[in-house]
Amino acid sequence: MREFRYERAPDVAGAVALLAGAPEGAFLGGGTNLVDLMKLGVATPDVLVDVRELVSREITELPDGGLRIGAGVPNADLAADRRVRERFPVLAQALLAGASGQLRNRATTGGNLLQRTRCGYFTDVTKPCNKRSPGSGCGALEGVHRNHAILGQTIAGSAGPATCVATHPSDMAVAMVALDAVVRVLGPDGERSLPLAGLHRLPGDDPSRDTTLRHGELITAIDLPALGMPSRYRKVRDRASFAFALVSIAAALRVEDGVVRDVRLALGGVAHRPWRATAAEYVLRGLPATEASFAAAAESELEEATPLRDNGFKVPMARNLVVRTLLDLSEALR
Amino acid sequence: MDTQITLRVDGAAQPLTVDTRTTLLDALRERLRNTSPKKGCDHGQCGACTVLLDGRRVNSCLVLAVTVGDAEVTTSDGLAEGGRPHALHRSFVEHDAFQCGYCTPGQVCSAAGVLAEARAGWPSAVTADLAAGDVELSDAEIRERMSGNLCRCAAYANIVPAVAAVAESSGVRR
Ligand SMILES: Cc1cc2nc3c(=O)[nH]c(=O)nc-3n(C[C@H](O)[C@H](O)[C@H](O)COP(=O)(O)OP(=O)(O)OC[C@H]3O[C@@H](n4cnc5c(N)ncnc54)[C@H](O)[C@@H]3O)c2cc1C
Ligand code: SF4
Ligand code: FES
Ligand code: FES
Repeated sequence: MREFRYERAPDVAGAVALLAGAPEGAFLGGGTNLVDLMKLGVATPDVLVDVRELVSREITELPDGGLRIGAGVPNADLAADRRVRERFPVLAQALLAGASGQLRNRATTGGNLLQRTRCGYFTDVTKPCNKRSPGSGCGALEGVHRNHAILGQTIAGSAGPATCVATHPSDMAVAMVALDAVVRVLGPDGERSLPLAGLHRLPGDDPSRDTTLRHGELITAIDLPALGMPSRYRKVRDRASFAFALVSIAAALRVEDGVVRDVRLALGGVAHRPWRATAAEYVLRGLPATEASFAAAAESELEEATPLRDNGFKVPMARNLVVRTLLDLSEALR
Repeated sequence: MDTQITLRVDGAAQPLTVDTRTTLLDALRERLRNTSPKKGCDHGQCGACTVLLDGRRVNSCLVLAVTVGDAEVTTSDGLAEGGRPHALHRSFVEHDAFQCGYCTPGQVCSAAGVLAEARAGWPSAVTADLAAGDVELSDAEIRERMSGNLCRCAAYANIVPAVAAVAESSGVRR
Protein backbone atom coordinates (compact mmCIF):
# COMPACT_ATOMS: atom_id res chain seq x y z
CA MET A 1 0.00 0.00 0.00
CA ARG A 2 1.25 3.46 -0.82
CA GLU A 3 2.06 5.61 2.21
CA PHE A 4 -0.52 8.26 2.94
CA ARG A 5 -1.26 11.12 5.27
CA TYR A 6 -4.44 10.79 7.31
CA GLU A 7 -6.45 13.96 7.81
CA ARG A 8 -9.56 14.99 9.64
CA ALA A 9 -11.24 18.35 9.17
CA PRO A 10 -13.36 20.41 11.56
CA ASP A 11 -16.26 20.60 9.09
CA VAL A 12 -17.32 19.57 5.57
CA ALA A 13 -16.01 22.80 4.03
CA GLY A 14 -12.65 22.09 5.62
CA ALA A 15 -12.66 18.56 4.21
CA VAL A 16 -13.38 19.86 0.72
CA ALA A 17 -10.58 22.44 1.05
CA LEU A 18 -8.14 19.75 2.20
CA LEU A 19 -8.87 17.61 -0.82
CA ALA A 20 -8.76 20.56 -3.21
CA GLY A 21 -5.12 20.91 -2.15
CA ALA A 22 -4.43 17.18 -2.70
CA PRO A 23 -4.89 16.18 -6.34
CA GLU A 24 -4.12 12.53 -5.54
CA GLY A 25 -6.05 12.46 -2.28
CA ALA A 26 -9.40 10.82 -1.56
CA PHE A 27 -12.24 11.07 0.91
CA LEU A 28 -12.62 8.14 3.28
CA GLY A 29 -16.08 6.95 4.29
CA GLY A 30 -16.37 3.54 5.93
CA GLY A 31 -13.37 2.38 3.94
CA THR A 32 -14.97 -0.95 3.06
CA ASN A 33 -14.24 -0.38 -0.62
CA LEU A 34 -11.40 2.14 -0.61
CA VAL A 35 -9.19 0.39 1.96
CA ASP A 36 -9.76 -2.88 0.10
CA LEU A 37 -8.62 -1.26 -3.18
CA MET A 38 -5.64 0.38 -1.46
CA LYS A 39 -4.48 -3.01 -0.18
CA LEU A 40 -4.64 -4.32 -3.74
CA GLY A 41 -2.69 -1.35 -5.10
CA VAL A 42 -5.66 -0.37 -7.26
CA ALA A 43 -6.24 2.88 -5.38
CA THR A 44 -3.14 4.86 -4.39
CA PRO A 45 -4.20 8.06 -2.63
CA ASP A 46 -1.44 10.02 -0.88
CA VAL A 47 -3.87 11.76 1.47
CA LEU A 48 -7.03 10.38 3.07
CA VAL A 49 -9.54 12.90 4.35
CA ASP A 50 -11.80 11.05 6.80
CA VAL A 51 -15.38 12.23 6.35
CA ARG A 52 -17.24 9.33 7.94
CA GLU A 53 -18.08 11.20 11.12
CA LEU A 54 -18.17 14.60 9.44
CA VAL A 55 -20.95 14.28 6.90
CA SER A 56 -24.43 14.12 8.37
CA ARG A 57 -25.60 10.86 9.94
CA GLU A 58 -29.19 12.08 10.12
CA ILE A 59 -32.26 11.14 8.13
CA THR A 60 -34.66 14.09 8.05
CA GLU A 61 -38.10 14.80 6.61
CA LEU A 62 -38.54 16.81 3.43
CA PRO A 63 -41.66 19.02 3.11
CA ASP A 64 -43.24 16.78 0.42
CA GLY A 65 -43.07 13.59 2.51
CA GLY A 66 -39.70 12.59 1.14
CA LEU A 67 -36.50 12.04 3.10
CA ARG A 68 -33.04 13.59 3.18
CA ILE A 69 -30.35 11.03 3.96
CA GLY A 70 -27.04 12.31 5.26
CA ALA A 71 -24.08 10.86 3.35
CA GLY A 72 -22.66 9.51 6.60
CA VAL A 73 -25.69 7.37 7.47
CA PRO A 74 -24.46 3.78 7.71
CA ASN A 75 -26.13 1.34 5.31
CA ALA A 76 -27.41 -0.72 8.26
CA ASP A 77 -29.11 2.28 9.89
CA LEU A 78 -30.68 3.37 6.62
CA ALA A 79 -32.18 -0.08 6.06
CA ALA A 80 -33.48 -0.17 9.65
CA ASP A 81 -35.05 3.29 9.60
CA ARG A 82 -38.82 3.03 10.12
CA ARG A 83 -39.64 5.71 7.55
CA VAL A 84 -37.51 4.02 4.92
CA ARG A 85 -39.08 0.62 5.68
CA GLU A 86 -42.60 2.03 5.45
CA ARG A 87 -42.29 4.52 2.58
CA PHE A 88 -39.42 3.13 0.52
CA PRO A 89 -39.32 -0.64 1.10
CA VAL A 90 -37.44 -1.03 -2.19
CA LEU A 91 -34.52 0.86 -0.65
CA ALA A 92 -34.48 -1.11 2.60
CA GLN A 93 -34.63 -4.37 0.63
CA ALA A 94 -31.81 -3.29 -1.70
CA LEU A 95 -29.59 -2.41 1.24
CA LEU A 96 -30.38 -5.65 3.08
CA ALA A 97 -29.60 -7.64 -0.06
CA GLY A 98 -26.13 -6.07 -0.23
CA ALA A 99 -22.92 -7.16 1.49
CA SER A 100 -23.04 -8.54 5.09
CA GLY A 101 -24.18 -7.25 8.47
CA GLN A 102 -20.60 -6.33 9.37
CA LEU A 103 -20.05 -4.39 6.15
CA ARG A 104 -23.41 -2.61 6.30
CA ASN A 105 -22.57 -1.37 9.80
CA ARG A 106 -19.45 0.33 8.51
CA ALA A 107 -20.41 1.36 4.94
CA THR A 108 -21.84 4.84 4.42
CA THR A 109 -24.47 6.15 2.02
CA GLY A 110 -21.97 8.38 0.18
CA GLY A 111 -19.34 5.67 -0.06
CA ASN A 112 -21.84 3.09 -1.26
CA LEU A 113 -22.75 5.27 -4.26
CA LEU A 114 -19.10 5.67 -5.18
CA GLN A 115 -17.93 2.08 -4.69
CA ARG A 116 -16.05 0.80 -7.72
CA THR A 117 -16.69 -2.12 -10.01
CA ARG A 118 -15.95 -5.67 -8.84
CA CYS A 119 -14.52 -6.62 -12.27
CA GLY A 120 -11.68 -9.03 -11.48
CA TYR A 121 -9.31 -7.44 -14.00
CA PHE A 122 -9.86 -4.04 -12.45
CA THR A 123 -8.87 -5.38 -9.03
CA ASP A 124 -5.81 -7.28 -10.30
CA VAL A 125 -3.00 -4.84 -11.04
CA THR A 126 -1.14 -7.40 -13.15
CA LYS A 127 -3.96 -7.46 -15.73
CA PRO A 128 -4.90 -5.00 -18.48
CA CYS A 129 -7.81 -2.74 -17.58
CA ASN A 130 -8.83 0.56 -19.16
CA LYS A 131 -10.63 1.65 -16.03
CA ARG A 132 -7.63 1.24 -13.73
CA SER A 133 -4.92 1.96 -16.25
CA PRO A 134 -6.33 3.90 -19.22
CA GLY A 135 -5.22 2.56 -22.59
CA SER A 136 -3.99 -0.82 -21.28
CA GLY A 137 -6.92 -2.68 -22.83
CA CYS A 138 -9.73 -4.71 -21.33
CA GLY A 139 -9.02 -8.15 -19.94
CA ALA A 140 -12.66 -8.97 -19.45
CA LEU A 141 -13.92 -8.65 -23.02
CA GLU A 142 -12.44 -11.95 -24.10
CA GLY A 143 -11.72 -13.23 -20.60
CA VAL A 144 -13.94 -14.03 -17.64
CA HIS A 145 -17.01 -11.87 -18.04
CA ARG A 146 -19.91 -13.94 -16.87
CA ASN A 147 -20.94 -11.16 -14.51
CA HIS A 148 -20.36 -8.23 -16.85
CA ALA A 149 -22.59 -5.76 -18.67
CA ILE A 150 -25.17 -6.44 -21.35
CA LEU A 151 -26.32 -2.85 -21.85
CA GLY A 152 -24.47 0.39 -22.57
CA GLN A 153 -20.95 -1.06 -22.70
CA THR A 154 -18.18 0.19 -24.95
CA ILE A 155 -16.86 -2.63 -27.11
CA ALA A 156 -13.94 -1.63 -29.32
CA GLY A 157 -11.93 -4.86 -29.12
CA SER A 158 -9.96 -6.12 -26.13
CA ALA A 159 -7.05 -3.77 -26.90
CA GLY A 160 -9.26 -0.77 -27.69
CA PRO A 161 -8.63 2.03 -25.18
CA ALA A 162 -12.34 2.73 -24.73
CA THR A 163 -13.51 -0.84 -24.14
CA CYS A 164 -15.15 -1.48 -20.79
CA VAL A 165 -17.86 -4.01 -20.05
CA ALA A 166 -17.89 -3.65 -16.26
CA THR A 167 -21.00 -3.31 -14.11
CA HIS A 168 -21.71 -0.96 -11.26
CA PRO A 169 -21.99 -3.11 -8.13
CA SER A 170 -24.21 -1.08 -5.80
CA ASP A 171 -27.65 -2.43 -4.93
CA MET A 172 -28.59 0.70 -3.02
CA ALA A 173 -27.91 2.91 -6.04
CA VAL A 174 -30.29 0.86 -8.21
CA ALA A 175 -33.12 1.46 -5.74
CA MET A 176 -32.26 5.14 -5.42
CA VAL A 177 -32.17 5.64 -9.19
CA ALA A 178 -35.67 4.16 -9.42
CA LEU A 179 -36.72 6.54 -6.66
CA ASP A 180 -35.59 9.64 -8.61
CA ALA A 181 -33.08 10.46 -5.89
CA VAL A 182 -31.17 13.72 -5.97
CA VAL A 183 -27.53 13.92 -4.88
CA ARG A 184 -26.39 16.96 -2.91
CA VAL A 185 -22.75 17.81 -3.38
CA LEU A 186 -20.31 20.30 -1.86
CA GLY A 187 -17.29 21.14 -3.97
CA PRO A 188 -14.50 23.70 -4.13
CA ASP A 189 -16.93 25.96 -6.07
CA GLY A 190 -19.82 25.56 -3.65
CA GLU A 191 -22.95 23.44 -3.50
CA ARG A 192 -24.86 21.79 -6.29
CA SER A 193 -27.51 19.12 -6.74
CA LEU A 194 -27.85 16.58 -9.48
CA PRO A 195 -30.23 13.75 -10.22
CA LEU A 196 -28.69 10.45 -9.13
CA ALA A 197 -29.43 9.15 -12.64
CA GLY A 198 -26.84 11.69 -13.83
CA LEU A 199 -24.15 10.72 -11.32
CA HIS A 200 -22.84 7.50 -12.84
CA ARG A 201 -21.50 7.38 -16.39
CA LEU A 202 -21.47 4.85 -19.17
CA PRO A 203 -17.86 4.07 -20.18
CA GLY A 204 -18.12 6.07 -23.42
CA ASP A 205 -14.62 7.02 -24.51
CA ASP A 206 -13.24 7.17 -20.96
CA PRO A 207 -13.94 4.08 -18.81
CA SER A 208 -11.66 5.39 -16.06
CA ARG A 209 -14.32 7.89 -14.98
CA ASP A 210 -17.18 6.23 -13.10
CA THR A 211 -19.06 9.42 -12.29
CA THR A 212 -19.63 13.02 -13.27
CA LEU A 213 -18.21 14.31 -9.97
CA ARG A 214 -15.15 16.53 -10.12
CA HIS A 215 -12.14 15.95 -7.89
CA GLY A 216 -12.84 17.14 -4.38
CA GLU A 217 -16.61 17.11 -4.64
CA LEU A 218 -18.11 15.69 -1.46
CA ILE A 219 -21.51 14.00 -1.39
CA THR A 220 -23.29 15.52 1.61
CA ALA A 221 -26.78 14.04 1.30
CA ILE A 222 -29.29 12.21 -0.89
CA ASP A 223 -32.86 13.48 -1.25
CA LEU A 224 -35.65 10.98 -1.88
CA PRO A 225 -38.88 12.54 -3.14
CA ALA A 226 -42.12 11.03 -1.83
CA LEU A 227 -43.04 7.85 -3.70
CA GLY A 228 -46.60 6.95 -2.73
CA MET A 229 -46.75 3.58 -4.44
CA PRO A 230 -45.74 0.05 -3.51
CA SER A 231 -42.18 -0.87 -4.35
CA ARG A 232 -39.81 -3.77 -4.13
CA TYR A 233 -36.25 -4.94 -4.82
CA ARG A 234 -35.22 -8.37 -6.05
CA LYS A 235 -31.75 -9.70 -6.61
CA VAL A 236 -30.57 -12.83 -8.39
CA ARG A 237 -27.14 -14.11 -7.41
CA ASP A 238 -25.01 -17.23 -7.34
CA ARG A 239 -25.64 -17.98 -3.67
CA ALA A 240 -28.52 -17.16 -1.36
CA SER A 241 -26.74 -14.37 0.48
CA PHE A 242 -23.57 -12.24 0.63
CA ALA A 243 -22.87 -12.06 -3.12
CA PHE A 244 -23.12 -9.36 -5.75
CA ALA A 245 -26.05 -9.35 -8.17
CA LEU A 246 -26.08 -11.18 -11.45
CA VAL A 247 -29.18 -9.14 -12.19
CA SER A 248 -31.29 -7.11 -9.80
CA ILE A 249 -34.37 -4.94 -10.11
CA ALA A 250 -35.93 -2.03 -8.27
CA ALA A 251 -39.57 -1.52 -9.16
CA ALA A 252 -42.55 0.57 -8.09
CA LEU A 253 -46.01 0.34 -9.59
CA ARG A 254 -49.31 2.18 -9.43
CA VAL A 255 -52.31 0.47 -11.02
CA GLU A 256 -55.77 2.07 -11.27
CA ASP A 257 -58.76 0.20 -12.74
CA GLY A 258 -56.43 -2.49 -14.00
CA VAL A 259 -54.29 0.01 -15.92
CA VAL A 260 -50.68 0.97 -15.17
CA ARG A 261 -50.76 4.64 -14.13
CA ASP A 262 -47.21 4.97 -12.93
CA VAL A 263 -44.16 2.75 -12.91
CA ARG A 264 -40.49 3.02 -11.94
CA LEU A 265 -37.98 0.43 -13.02
CA ALA A 266 -34.23 0.18 -12.63
CA LEU A 267 -31.92 -2.78 -13.22
CA GLY A 268 -28.66 -3.66 -11.48
CA GLY A 269 -25.83 -5.93 -12.60
CA VAL A 270 -26.45 -5.20 -16.27
CA ALA A 271 -24.56 -1.98 -17.02
CA HIS A 272 -21.76 0.38 -16.09
CA ARG A 273 -24.30 2.36 -14.10
CA PRO A 274 -27.59 1.60 -12.37
CA TRP A 275 -29.86 1.15 -15.39
CA ARG A 276 -33.08 3.14 -15.34
CA ALA A 277 -35.39 1.21 -17.67
CA THR A 278 -37.00 4.23 -19.30
CA ALA A 279 -38.05 2.37 -22.47
CA ALA A 280 -39.95 -0.21 -20.44
CA GLU A 281 -41.55 2.49 -18.29
CA TYR A 282 -42.65 4.38 -21.40
CA VAL A 283 -44.22 1.28 -22.94
CA LEU A 284 -46.02 0.34 -19.74
CA ARG A 285 -47.79 3.57 -18.83
CA GLY A 286 -51.43 3.23 -19.84
CA LEU A 287 -51.29 -0.50 -20.62
CA PRO A 288 -53.39 -3.04 -18.73
CA ALA A 289 -51.44 -4.48 -15.79
CA THR A 290 -51.05 -7.96 -17.26
CA GLU A 291 -48.22 -10.40 -17.77
CA ALA A 292 -48.30 -9.69 -21.53
CA SER A 293 -47.81 -5.96 -20.95
CA PHE A 294 -44.97 -6.56 -18.51
CA ALA A 295 -43.28 -8.90 -20.99
CA ALA A 296 -43.66 -6.38 -23.81
CA ALA A 297 -42.11 -3.69 -21.61
CA ALA A 298 -39.19 -5.92 -20.69
CA GLU A 299 -38.61 -6.83 -24.33
CA SER A 300 -38.52 -3.21 -25.39
CA GLU A 301 -35.87 -2.45 -22.78
CA LEU A 302 -33.72 -5.46 -23.60
CA GLU A 303 -33.91 -5.06 -27.38
CA GLU A 304 -30.67 -3.08 -27.19
CA ALA A 305 -28.85 -5.72 -25.14
CA THR A 306 -25.53 -6.90 -26.59
CA PRO A 307 -24.43 -9.76 -24.37
CA LEU A 308 -20.88 -11.07 -24.40
CA ARG A 309 -19.77 -14.66 -25.04
CA ASP A 310 -20.64 -15.89 -21.54
CA ASN A 311 -23.32 -13.62 -20.14
CA GLY A 312 -26.21 -14.08 -22.56
CA PHE A 313 -28.15 -15.69 -19.71
CA LYS A 314 -28.59 -12.23 -18.21
CA VAL A 315 -31.01 -11.21 -20.95
CA PRO A 316 -33.76 -13.74 -20.13
CA MET A 317 -32.90 -13.40 -16.45
CA ALA A 318 -33.55 -9.64 -16.58
CA ARG A 319 -36.68 -10.18 -18.63
CA ASN A 320 -38.10 -12.72 -16.18
CA LEU A 321 -37.18 -10.56 -13.23
CA VAL A 322 -39.06 -7.57 -14.67
CA VAL A 323 -42.15 -9.65 -15.40
CA ARG A 324 -42.15 -11.54 -12.09
CA THR A 325 -41.56 -8.45 -9.96
CA LEU A 326 -44.25 -6.40 -11.69
CA LEU A 327 -46.68 -9.31 -11.38
CA ASP A 328 -45.92 -9.56 -7.67
CA LEU A 329 -46.44 -5.82 -7.24
CA SER A 330 -49.72 -5.83 -9.17
CA GLU A 331 -50.98 -8.83 -7.19
CA ALA A 332 -50.10 -7.07 -3.97
CA LEU A 333 -52.25 -4.18 -5.18
CA ARG A 334 -55.30 -6.33 -5.62
CA MET B 1 3.51 7.82 8.09
CA ASP B 2 3.60 7.27 11.87
CA THR B 3 0.73 8.49 14.01
CA GLN B 4 0.00 8.30 17.74
CA ILE B 5 -3.25 6.65 18.64
CA THR B 6 -4.89 5.10 21.67
CA LEU B 7 -7.02 2.04 21.13
CA ARG B 8 -9.50 1.02 23.80
CA VAL B 9 -9.55 -2.76 23.51
CA ASP B 10 -11.54 -5.13 25.73
CA GLY B 11 -11.69 -2.52 28.45
CA ALA B 12 -8.06 -1.34 28.45
CA ALA B 13 -6.63 1.81 26.85
CA GLN B 14 -3.61 0.99 24.71
CA PRO B 15 -1.40 3.83 23.47
CA LEU B 16 0.33 2.96 20.18
CA THR B 17 2.36 4.48 17.40
CA VAL B 18 1.15 3.08 14.09
CA ASP B 19 1.81 3.65 10.44
CA THR B 20 -1.39 5.13 8.95
CA ARG B 21 -1.65 2.01 6.76
CA THR B 22 -2.19 -0.28 9.75
CA THR B 23 -5.60 -1.90 9.92
CA LEU B 24 -7.38 -2.40 13.22
CA LEU B 25 -6.92 -6.16 12.70
CA ASP B 26 -3.15 -5.85 12.31
CA ALA B 27 -2.91 -3.44 15.25
CA LEU B 28 -4.78 -5.93 17.44
CA ARG B 29 -2.87 -9.01 16.35
CA GLU B 30 0.63 -7.79 15.56
CA ARG B 31 0.99 -4.91 17.99
CA LEU B 32 -1.29 -5.72 20.91
CA ARG B 33 -0.89 -9.49 20.64
CA ASN B 34 -4.64 -9.98 20.80
CA THR B 35 -4.97 -13.01 18.55
CA SER B 36 -8.70 -13.42 19.09
CA PRO B 37 -9.70 -11.86 15.73
CA LYS B 38 -8.24 -13.90 12.85
CA LYS B 39 -7.01 -12.85 9.44
CA GLY B 40 -8.69 -14.98 6.82
CA CYS B 41 -9.14 -13.10 3.57
CA ASP B 42 -8.04 -9.59 4.65
CA HIS B 43 -10.70 -8.19 2.25
CA GLY B 44 -14.01 -8.20 4.10
CA GLN B 45 -15.12 -11.49 2.59
CA CYS B 46 -14.87 -14.08 5.38
CA GLY B 47 -15.77 -12.44 8.69
CA ALA B 48 -12.91 -14.09 10.64
CA CYS B 49 -11.71 -10.65 11.76
CA THR B 50 -15.09 -9.51 13.10
CA VAL B 51 -14.94 -7.37 16.25
CA LEU B 52 -17.44 -5.04 17.90
CA LEU B 53 -16.86 -1.30 17.56
CA ASP B 54 -18.99 0.48 20.16
CA GLY B 55 -21.09 -2.68 20.19
CA ARG B 56 -21.54 -2.95 16.42
CA ARG B 57 -19.95 -5.76 14.46
CA VAL B 58 -17.46 -4.74 11.76
CA ASN B 59 -14.69 -6.38 9.72
CA SER B 60 -11.53 -5.15 11.44
CA CYS B 61 -9.45 -5.92 8.32
CA LEU B 62 -11.10 -3.01 6.47
CA VAL B 63 -10.97 -0.53 9.35
CA LEU B 64 -7.85 1.63 9.51
CA ALA B 65 -6.60 1.82 13.11
CA VAL B 66 -6.22 5.62 12.87
CA THR B 67 -9.96 5.98 12.25
CA VAL B 68 -11.06 4.18 15.42
CA GLY B 69 -10.69 7.16 17.77
CA ASP B 70 -12.13 6.50 21.21
CA ALA B 71 -14.59 3.85 20.05
CA GLU B 72 -14.63 0.77 22.28
CA VAL B 73 -13.16 -2.28 20.53
CA THR B 74 -14.46 -5.63 21.80
CA THR B 75 -12.99 -8.90 20.58
CA SER B 76 -14.37 -12.34 21.31
CA ASP B 77 -11.83 -12.45 24.15
CA GLY B 78 -13.31 -9.32 25.66
CA LEU B 79 -16.84 -10.67 25.60
CA ALA B 80 -15.80 -12.85 28.54
CA GLU B 81 -16.26 -10.91 31.74
CA GLY B 82 -13.86 -11.45 34.62
CA GLY B 83 -12.67 -14.72 33.10
CA ARG B 84 -16.25 -16.00 32.82
CA PRO B 85 -17.16 -17.11 29.31
CA HIS B 86 -19.96 -15.17 27.61
CA ALA B 87 -23.32 -16.91 27.08
CA LEU B 88 -22.41 -17.25 23.41
CA HIS B 89 -19.07 -18.89 24.25
CA ARG B 90 -20.85 -21.39 26.48
CA SER B 91 -23.57 -22.03 23.96
CA PHE B 92 -21.03 -22.62 21.19
CA VAL B 93 -19.35 -25.23 23.43
CA GLU B 94 -22.62 -26.85 24.45
CA HIS B 95 -23.80 -27.15 20.86
CA ASP B 96 -20.45 -28.27 19.49
CA ALA B 97 -20.40 -25.14 17.33
CA PHE B 98 -16.73 -24.39 18.10
CA GLN B 99 -14.93 -25.33 14.96
CA CYS B 100 -11.38 -24.95 13.69
CA GLY B 101 -10.73 -21.97 15.89
CA TYR B 102 -9.96 -19.86 12.89
CA CYS B 103 -13.41 -18.58 12.13
CA THR B 104 -14.99 -19.09 15.56
CA PRO B 105 -14.02 -15.83 17.33
CA GLY B 106 -15.45 -13.93 14.35
CA GLN B 107 -18.59 -16.06 14.48
CA VAL B 108 -19.01 -15.30 18.18
CA CYS B 109 -18.55 -11.53 17.73
CA SER B 110 -20.87 -11.58 14.78
CA ALA B 111 -23.49 -13.48 16.79
CA ALA B 112 -23.24 -10.86 19.55
CA GLY B 113 -23.91 -8.22 16.88
CA VAL B 114 -26.81 -10.22 15.49
CA LEU B 115 -28.49 -10.41 18.91
CA ALA B 116 -28.12 -6.66 19.45
CA GLU B 117 -29.42 -5.86 15.96
CA ALA B 118 -32.43 -8.14 16.40
CA ARG B 119 -33.13 -6.66 19.83
CA ALA B 120 -33.18 -3.23 18.18
CA GLY B 121 -35.77 -4.52 15.70
CA TRP B 122 -33.51 -4.32 12.67
CA PRO B 123 -34.79 -6.30 9.67
CA SER B 124 -32.78 -8.60 7.40
CA ALA B 125 -33.11 -9.76 3.80
CA VAL B 126 -35.40 -12.61 4.91
CA THR B 127 -37.67 -10.54 7.15
CA ALA B 128 -41.12 -10.95 5.57
CA ASP B 129 -42.76 -7.83 6.96
CA LEU B 130 -40.41 -4.87 6.86
CA ALA B 131 -42.94 -2.61 8.52
CA ALA B 132 -43.19 -4.86 11.61
CA GLY B 133 -41.27 -3.61 14.61
CA ASP B 134 -40.07 -6.83 16.19
CA VAL B 135 -37.80 -9.50 14.84
CA GLU B 136 -38.16 -13.07 15.95
CA LEU B 137 -34.79 -14.71 15.31
CA SER B 138 -35.99 -17.74 13.36
CA ASP B 139 -33.38 -20.18 12.09
CA ALA B 140 -33.69 -18.58 8.64
CA GLU B 141 -33.05 -15.15 10.19
CA ILE B 142 -29.99 -16.41 12.05
CA ARG B 143 -28.62 -18.03 8.91
CA GLU B 144 -29.06 -14.88 6.81
CA ARG B 145 -27.65 -12.61 9.49
CA MET B 146 -24.58 -14.82 10.02
CA SER B 147 -23.90 -15.04 6.28
CA GLY B 148 -20.97 -12.61 6.46
CA ASN B 149 -19.00 -15.29 8.30
CA LEU B 150 -17.75 -17.99 5.98
CA CYS B 151 -16.32 -21.29 7.15
CA ARG B 152 -14.23 -22.96 4.48
CA CYS B 153 -15.01 -26.47 5.69
CA ALA B 154 -18.75 -25.73 5.56
CA ALA B 155 -19.34 -27.14 9.04
CA TYR B 156 -21.81 -24.50 10.10
CA ALA B 157 -24.69 -26.74 11.12
CA ASN B 158 -24.32 -26.32 14.89
CA ILE B 159 -23.85 -22.57 14.84
CA VAL B 160 -27.53 -21.88 14.23
CA PRO B 161 -28.76 -23.80 17.32
CA ALA B 162 -25.94 -22.28 19.39
CA VAL B 163 -27.06 -18.75 18.50
CA ALA B 164 -30.74 -19.69 18.74
CA ALA B 165 -30.29 -20.94 22.31
CA VAL B 166 -28.82 -17.61 23.42
CA ALA B 167 -31.51 -15.74 21.50
CA GLU B 168 -34.08 -17.72 23.48
CA SER B 169 -32.46 -17.29 26.85
CA SER B 170 -32.08 -13.55 26.28
CA GLY B 171 -35.64 -13.06 25.04
CA VAL B 172 -34.90 -12.25 21.38
CA ARG B 173 -36.69 -15.43 20.41
CA ARG B 174 -39.46 -17.25 22.16
C1 LIG C 1 -17.05 -8.69 0.55
C2 LIG C 1 -17.91 -7.54 0.11
C3 LIG C 1 -19.18 -7.78 -0.41
C4 LIG C 1 -19.98 -6.73 -0.80
N1 LIG C 1 -21.22 -6.99 -1.33
C5 LIG C 1 -21.99 -5.96 -1.78
C6 LIG C 1 -23.24 -6.19 -2.40
O1 LIG C 1 -23.70 -7.32 -2.52
N2 LIG C 1 -23.94 -5.11 -2.83
C7 LIG C 1 -23.48 -3.84 -2.71
O2 LIG C 1 -24.16 -2.91 -3.13
N3 LIG C 1 -22.29 -3.60 -2.14
C8 LIG C 1 -21.54 -4.62 -1.68
N4 LIG C 1 -20.33 -4.36 -1.13
C9 LIG C 1 -19.78 -3.02 -1.22
C10 LIG C 1 -20.09 -2.13 -0.05
O3 LIG C 1 -21.46 -1.84 -0.09
C11 LIG C 1 -19.26 -0.86 -0.24
O4 LIG C 1 -17.92 -1.19 0.00
C12 LIG C 1 -19.66 0.26 0.68
O5 LIG C 1 -21.01 0.62 0.50
C13 LIG C 1 -18.80 1.48 0.46
O6 LIG C 1 -19.09 2.43 1.46
P1 LIG C 1 -17.91 3.04 2.37
O7 LIG C 1 -18.51 4.11 3.20
O8 LIG C 1 -17.18 1.97 3.09
O9 LIG C 1 -17.02 3.67 1.22
P2 LIG C 1 -15.45 3.92 1.14
O10 LIG C 1 -14.74 2.66 0.88
O11 LIG C 1 -15.01 4.74 2.31
O12 LIG C 1 -15.41 4.86 -0.14
C14 LIG C 1 -15.78 4.43 -1.43
C15 LIG C 1 -15.50 5.58 -2.40
O13 LIG C 1 -16.34 6.68 -2.12
C16 LIG C 1 -15.58 7.85 -1.84
N5 LIG C 1 -16.37 8.55 -0.81
C17 LIG C 1 -16.77 8.05 0.40
N6 LIG C 1 -17.62 8.90 1.00
C18 LIG C 1 -17.76 9.97 0.15
C19 LIG C 1 -18.53 11.18 0.19
N7 LIG C 1 -19.34 11.49 1.20
N8 LIG C 1 -18.43 12.06 -0.86
C20 LIG C 1 -17.62 11.77 -1.91
N9 LIG C 1 -16.88 10.65 -1.98
C21 LIG C 1 -16.95 9.76 -0.98
C22 LIG C 1 -14.23 7.37 -1.42
O14 LIG C 1 -13.23 8.31 -1.72
C23 LIG C 1 -14.09 6.11 -2.29
O15 LIG C 1 -13.67 6.48 -3.57
C24 LIG C 1 -19.51 -5.40 -0.68
C25 LIG C 1 -18.25 -5.15 -0.15
C26 LIG C 1 -17.45 -6.20 0.25
C27 LIG C 1 -16.10 -5.91 0.82
S1 SF4 D 1 -14.50 -4.49 -18.05
FE1 SF4 D 1 -13.81 -2.41 -17.54
S2 SF4 D 1 -13.08 -2.67 -15.45
FE2 SF4 D 1 -13.11 -4.76 -16.34
S3 SF4 D 1 -11.10 -5.09 -17.32
FE3 SF4 D 1 -12.42 -4.24 -18.88
S4 SF4 D 1 -11.94 -2.05 -18.72
FE4 SF4 D 1 -11.29 -2.92 -16.81
S1 FES E 1 -10.12 -11.17 7.36
FE1 FES E 1 -11.55 -9.58 7.53
S2 FES E 1 -13.26 -10.41 6.54
FE2 FES E 1 -11.76 -11.90 6.10
S1 FES F 1 -14.43 -24.44 11.06
FE1 FES F 1 -13.39 -22.60 10.74
S2 FES F 1 -13.12 -22.57 8.64
FE2 FES F 1 -14.41 -24.26 8.92
